[in-house]
Parts: sequence; C-alpha cells; structure tokens
Amino acid sequence: MKKLLLAAPTLMLMSAPATAAGFDETINNATAPIAKWFGSVVFFKVPIGDAELPLVVLWLVVGALFFTLYMGFINIRGFKHAIQLVRGDYANPKDAGEVSHFQALATAVSGTVGIGNIGGVAVAVTVGGPGATLWLIVAGFLGMSTKFVECTLGVKYRNENPDGSVSGGPMYYLRKGFAERGMDGFGKFVGAFYAIGICLGALGIGNMFQSNQAFVQFVNVTGGTEESWFADKGWLFGIVMALVVGSVIIGGIKSIARVTEKIVPFMAIFYCVFALIVIFMNYDAIPQAIANIFTGAMTGEGVVGGALGALIIGFQRAVFSNEAGIGSASIAHSAVRTNEPVTEGVVSLLEPFIDTIIICTITALVIGTASVAEPGFALVGQEGIAMTSAAFEREISWFPIPLAFAAMLFAFSTMISWSYYGLKGWTYLFGEGQTMDRVYKAIFCFFVALGCMVQLGPILDISDAFVFLICLPNILGLYFLAPIVKRETESYFARIKSGEIKRYRHT
Amino acid sequence: MTTTFLVAIDGSEGSLRATNCAVERARAGQADLVLAYVIEWSPYSFNTPEELAQRHQRREEEIARAHKTVLDPVTASLKDKGVKVGTDVRHGHAAETLVELAKEHDAAQIFIGRKGESRMKTLLFGSVAGTLVQISPVPVTVVP
Repeated sequence: MKKLLLAAPTLMLMSAPATAAGFDETINNATAPIAKWFGSVVFFKVPIGDAELPLVVLWLVVGALFFTLYMGFINIRGFKHAIQLVRGDYANPKDAGEVSHFQALATAVSGTVGIGNIGGVAVAVTVGGPGATLWLIVAGFLGMSTKFVECTLGVKYRNENPDGSVSGGPMYYLRKGFAERGMDGFGKFVGAFYAIGICLGALGIGNMFQSNQAFVQFVNVTGGTEESWFADKGWLFGIVMALVVGSVIIGGIKSIARVTEKIVPFMAIFYCVFALIVIFMNYDAIPQAIANIFTGAMTGEGVVGGALGALIIGFQRAVFSNEAGIGSASIAHSAVRTNEPVTEGVVSLLEPFIDTIIICTITALVIGTASVAEPGFALVGQEGIAMTSAAFEREISWFPIPLAFAAMLFAFSTMISWSYYGLKGWTYLFGEGQTMDRVYKAIFCFFVALGCMVQLGPILDISDAFVFLICLPNILGLYFLAPIVKRETESYFARIKSGEIKRYRHT
Repeated sequence: MTTTFLVAIDGSEGSLRATNCAVERARAGQADLVLAYVIEWSPYSFNTPEELAQRHQRREEEIARAHKTVLDPVTASLKDKGVKVGTDVRHGHAAETLVELAKEHDAAQIFIGRKGESRMKTLLFGSVAGTLVQISPVPVTVVP
C-alpha cells in the first residue's frame, strides 16, 4: 500500500494542496468527528512505556508470526520453488495463453509498490530512527507467510462466473470457508463486511491518497507551491487524472494501462539501480549506516519509546507497505487458472520480499548513508518523499524529476489495481453486471478528481480505517482456514518431491 | 509408422504456399499433415487485474477465432487432396512454439512460408522462419 504516512499523524504531515476553503472545509467539519472516533477505534493504541502500539499492527504481526511457524517457515522453504514457478518451469505448455504465475505476481506487485516505498520509508526512518529498518525487514519476512495463506485461499475458494471470468478474494473464502465449518451465517456476515470495507477503502488509500500525492509531487517538480502554475489548479490536474483513469477502467482503453503496467516494473528496477548507485557513492558511510540499523534496533537511541518505539514503527511501515493481511493481493491472484491453489500462494510470498525486504530496505539505506555522510541531513525538515528525493539529489542532481515521474506512474498503477479490488467488493455485494460495474467505476473516477481538489484529511482517515478494519475478519478467517492450507501445502510439496507434479522446463 | 509434417500457418499467402508444398510432399511420401497456428503471446507480459480475470475467456475466443478464420478454411480446401490433416493452436513465441509442437507431434519436418521482408525489417523485428531454421531439431523447409 502506498500509504505515505503513518496513520495517526497523517493530518499534520500531509502536504495536501491548498485550495479554496469552503467546500472542503464543509466536508472536513462534517466528517472530522466521525473520522476521529472511527480512527481511534480501529487504530486503538496501547501505551507501552513512551511508545504506543496500535492493536491492529499487533494483530497483523502476531498473525504473520503464527502463520510462519504453523506453515513451517514456508517463507524460506517455498522461496526457491516460488522462483521456479515464476520462471515457468512447471507451466504446462498446453495451458499457454492463460494467466501465468509471472503475470499474476507482476500485477500484484505493481499494486503494492509505490509512493509508500519511497516516501513512507523516509517517514519511518525519521520517526523510528535507523533501527526501524531492521524491524521493517523482520515484519516483511513474516508477512510473506500471511500472503502465502491468503493467496492460496483466494484461488481455492474463488467463483468461476458463467462467462469464464473469475472473481475471488477474501470475501469469497471468508463466506465459503466459514460455511464449510458450519458457520454459514457468520461467513455471510464477514464476507459482506469485508466487501464493504474493501469497497470504501479502495476509494481512499488506493485512490484519493494516490491522486493527491501525485499532484503534490507534480507541483513540487514544476516549481513548488509558491511558483508552480499548477499549484492552485488541483481541479484541472484532478479532472485530467480522472479522465485518464476513466478511459482505462470504463472506456477499456487497454493501451494506456498496458503502457503503464509495462513501465512500472522498469521504474521499480530503475529506482533500485539508482538507489544502489547512490548508496555506493557514499561507500565509506555504508558500514556505519548498517551498524546504525543494528544499534538503533537494539537501543532505539533518540526514538520516542526507545527500542520498542523503533520496533513498532518498523512493523507498522511494513504492514502498510506490503498489504499482507489485508487480503487485497488475494483478489489479483485469484485470476490464475491452476489446479493447485498452493502454487499461487508460493508465488505471492515473493511480494513482501520484493516490496518490503528489497525496495523499502534500499530506500532506508539511501537515507541512512546520506545521514551518515552528512550528519545534519535528516534534520533539515524534509519529510516523506521530499526527504528521499533530497537524499538522491545530494549525489545525482537531476534525479528528483525521474523520481517524480516514477511516483506518478506508481500512483496511477495503484489506482488501476485498487479500482479492481474495490470493484470486486462491489460486485460481491451487488452482483456481476455491466451496469453496476460502471456505477462503481464512475464513483471511483469522481474520487480521483476529488483527491486533487480538496484537502480531505478526515475522509482519508475513514477510508484508511476501513482498510485496516478488514484485517480483523481476514486474519480471523485465515486462522480458521489455516489447517486446510497446511494440508494442501504438505500434499503439494509431497507430490513435487515424488515427481507426480512434473517440471516441463529446466529439467 | 506414418510420418507427420508440421505446417506453420498464419493465414498469409506465404503460409498457403507452404501448405501446398507440404501437401505435395505428403502425398508423395504418404505422410500426414498437422497445421499449426501460433498465437503470439508471452507469459512475461504485464496486465491489469481486470485483464487477468478475463484472460481465460479471451484465450478461448482467440483459439476459436484461429480455427474459424484460418484453419477451418484451409482444412476444408484440402478435403479432396487425399491427405490426412490435423490442426493445433497454441499460444507462445512463434518459433519456439512451433518447435515444441513439432516435438509433440513427432513431426519429421516443418514447412513454413517466408515473408521475404527487407533486411532492415528482419533486423528490427526478426523473422520467424529465420529463427526456426536456427533452433529446429528437425529439417525445416522454407517455402518462398
């Protein structure tokens, strides 16, 4: 998830475009009390010493730890097999033309990699110190197991529609899974609850937040809030963005989506390559930066709440970034036609690896080495993506421009992915059908434009809260259905070992 | 044991010439023909989630269309030629998939038409016949 900032201080930190008061103030005033109450419920924090631990983060991390142990460290033992699957070693040539494992992975990754990987990490490192990086990696590592469980279930319990298309995701496995265990009514309830949550959450985290941040970036590189001609033209940017998104999701203009989906992975690689270059340009700062990560993680020097504070922030950033436990990726993975749901689970465990362990860590190192090389660097008052951008600029002066371009593309591809996740929640509630589809897509586009026009802090907070609220039924469902996943996993790996499932390539 | 010849078909003039050539050879050598149509597709492309969900349906449509518009007319025209004709449609990289199909059908030879494109174009876009000649495990007849 490209959530740039941490949940609670969102309002204070977000540099949303300043626009004419009035309209957004009315909305803000009307929604602020609800948002505040709702946010305080979902992100209920337990104070531990000076640090505060949001229970929802605890819920996600405990779940991830449980699934890692229960599945016998599937995140390690499934890793090599995941790469073989993505390479197509086990793909039956007769099924060529169906969605490949690589395609499902690429689509799910472009839905999670984004502004959060660039800017969110900067916030985490500012607030939680370099030590947060270590806990970010640990949480990413554990999150791989959660992803494995939810994506396996997504494929196993999906619906195949009469027209041959498929619909899957947590709402389907929650409903069917609980029904199988004799809890029909509860299953229907949590399925619908999840669907409503993802439907509303998609409008914020996967939509308004993205278009808003894309606009902020755009203004920054075109001269900043003072000088840019676009600074007070949020409505224009918003409408253009809504039209582009609309032309893809409503108009079915595949070429735009195809171009973006092709560029995004290259952008991610481009980002990593340049980040590594920047890190190595500060090569004498590398040992110190790495040492800071470990000492910071243990001592939490200078961090509110000490080591525990660093741990909480690292964990929080990881779960916000890779979406493990939220169930969204499970919707994208359900499209793969395979007889073995476990294969999709195995492939999906690469997502937190790529998103959190690789990309987020690299960003953290860019900032880490920059602050070692220039001790006052982190204190200049830059925040989020601007700080990452500044760390790059120290070494490569022209980099902020491609970085802004990358950020906009990431935002766009996330909107496309989330429009689909939200739509699946919507169709789950209202049934499949062209007309109903269009209604949701039109609402989605409206919110794209709205995201750039008004400062919608409280509405964003509500939608954030919805996304994290759906972790509750999702993880609960995963606990209930984990034995099924375990059984399938053991059977699958046994058949790989015995040679019953055969390799087609690289034998 | 009967011999099988694989003919690469894409609906072009060249592929029809290749078919005719293969028919003659097949009659002379008592061989069967398999007309192979490859739908250009890569497992490493990028798609939106919606495209993924509809992929199965699209694939079925693509295969049906290949049969209806390309393979069926050719098969019908060969009905009275006294040669046994089979068909196969597969997604993938053209030359690689033809090799794969040749292996599966245990083909003794592959027939393919050539487009006769300029060197510049071949340099830019490659040539299926050219690649096939390089990678095929069985003899390839390129029909001009």
